[in-house]
Amino acid sequence: MINMTAFLFYVFSIVLLSAAVFVVSSRNTVHGVLFLILAFFNAAGLFILAHAEFLAMMLIIVYVGAVAVLFLFVVMMLNIQIGEIQFVIRRYSLIGSFVGVILAIELVLMLVNWHTSPGAFDLTVAPIDLQKGIPNTQALGNLLYTHYALIFQAAGLILLIAMVGAIVLTLRHREGVRRQIVGDQFAREVKDCVQLVDIPRTSKG
Amino acid sequence: MGNASYFWNEVIMPVLSLTGYILLILIPLLLAVAYLTFVERKVIAAMQLRLGPNVVGWFGLLQPFADGLKLLHKETIIPTRSNPILFLLAPLITFGLSLSAWAVIPFSPGCVISNINVGILYLFAISSLGVYGIIIAGWASNSKYPFLGALRSAAQMVSYEVSIGLVIITVLLSVGSLNLSEIVTAQEKVWFIIPHLPMAVIFIISALAETNRAPFDLPEAEAELVSGYNVEYSSMTFALFFLGEYANMILMSAMGSILFLGGWLPPFNFAPFTWIPGIVWFALKISFLLFIFLWVRATFPRYRYDQLMRLGWKVFLPFSLAWVVLTASFLVIFNLLPGK
Repeated sequence: MINMTAFLFYVFSIVLLSAAVFVVSSRNTVHGVLFLILAFFNAAGLFILAHAEFLAMMLIIVYVGAVAVLFLFVVMMLNIQIGEIQFVIRRYSLIGSFVGVILAIELVLMLVNWHTSPGAFDLTVAPIDLQKGIPNTQALGNLLYTHYALIFQAAGLILLIAMVGAIVLTLRHREGVRRQIVGDQFAREVKDCVQLVDIPRTSKG
Repeated sequence: MGNASYFWNEVIMPVLSLTGYILLILIPLLLAVAYLTFVERKVIAAMQLRLGPNVVGWFGLLQPFADGLKLLHKETIIPTRSNPILFLLAPLITFGLSLSAWAVIPFSPGCVISNINVGILYLFAISSLGVYGIIIAGWASNSKYPFLGALRSAAQMVSYEVSIGLVIITVLLSVGSLNLSEIVTAQEKVWFIIPHLPMAVIFIISALAETNRAPFDLPEAEAELVSGYNVEYSSMTFALFFLGEYANMILMSAMGSILFLGGWLPPFNFAPFTWIPGIVWFALKISFLLFIFLWVRATFPRYRYDQLMRLGWKVFLPFSLAWVVLTASFLVIFNLLPGK
């Protein structure tokens, strides 16, 4: 018997992991971003398999529809030569492999001491057991706006501060730039800018 | 034996029936796209006191097929310094996305391929992916004009998605569900265009920008960019872009009629109107919105790029945000929140 869900899970996971490998290994940065998008799509597929359809759609709208577009936007403007990349790789290979080995050791140490608490499996099956039989989106909304409203507000505030910070860092008023001011344009009337002048006739034409 | 029949019943049959449903939607859709190009030429011709296509077939009715055949038998040119895989992938993305969104559109009660709970989010996601076809086309062509067109279009589509998202949120606040069929049935008493008229206007203008139609057709402004992102495309690859653009117009009109014009619902819920089946009303509403698309194209000159950005970020964004707050406050104060 074919278990369709398990089959799809392995398909999505394999494509996701190989796309992730290609993101870091592809020479062409634009290809790298496109593989990142493929990885996002497969992650969304995994979310749908886990019946988290709202998260899947949000992943696609936010990460693929907006964030990755900006990545692509920036990466396409860069003009990186392949030789330059090879030089950079050679220069940082020693320190890079050192950091990599440390991270790998840490991962192994963590996996050896990995304990799952007995109630964890139930939590992953039904993270919100207080409301059963309601759509995913509604459950998430209840959770965010009712039970964790303050934390949600705090997250919003942090994002607002980040936005203000980014604007302050990049805002620059240049002198001598003529901007269109629509209000002024509409406020202009014929009598303000056109006038009929009587020029006295000096000689016979 | 049991295994084989299981395989037949659980895998082959659903796939076959699903393929049937998909064809049932795609073939009329492609015909509609073909005739939309024809109607566009006729409508604009009428507005400019010309005749429009009238030679091929009766009243020129075979003109779209003549154009299609002409495009098909031309040579597909792939520029030498381009990136051939991405170059060919871009039109496929545009065309495929414009068709895949139709999976969640309800044509009449229960008549929908996939009645998912997050239907409107799916539509929004698909329409926000449309930018990839254009930006990949512009980059893969490895040529200046397509690249400039693609960059313009990326900025434009990301900006107008924001206001479309806020428009969707106001409608969702009044419905209390993300399911498209429920959005339509919530409009049985009054279509949302009446309480949300300013949002309907913003939606139509943003839809024009999102589909790169005049007066927001900056990505392909022929006066400055030759023809924008599709300069290097020819033959079938160009045809796919063209079909994708028109299919997106129909999709946006369908979305508009579901959100604001009550989808398959008749305008008045009594005798002569209820005799007409829902799918006819839906088609009529889509045609009306499409006519607005064409009418606008024949009427308004192209926006300048900075004006386009100003409109999106400084006018639509604050206004629609204020309208979201207004709607939410109204619903809370008068205790009208859906689902209570």
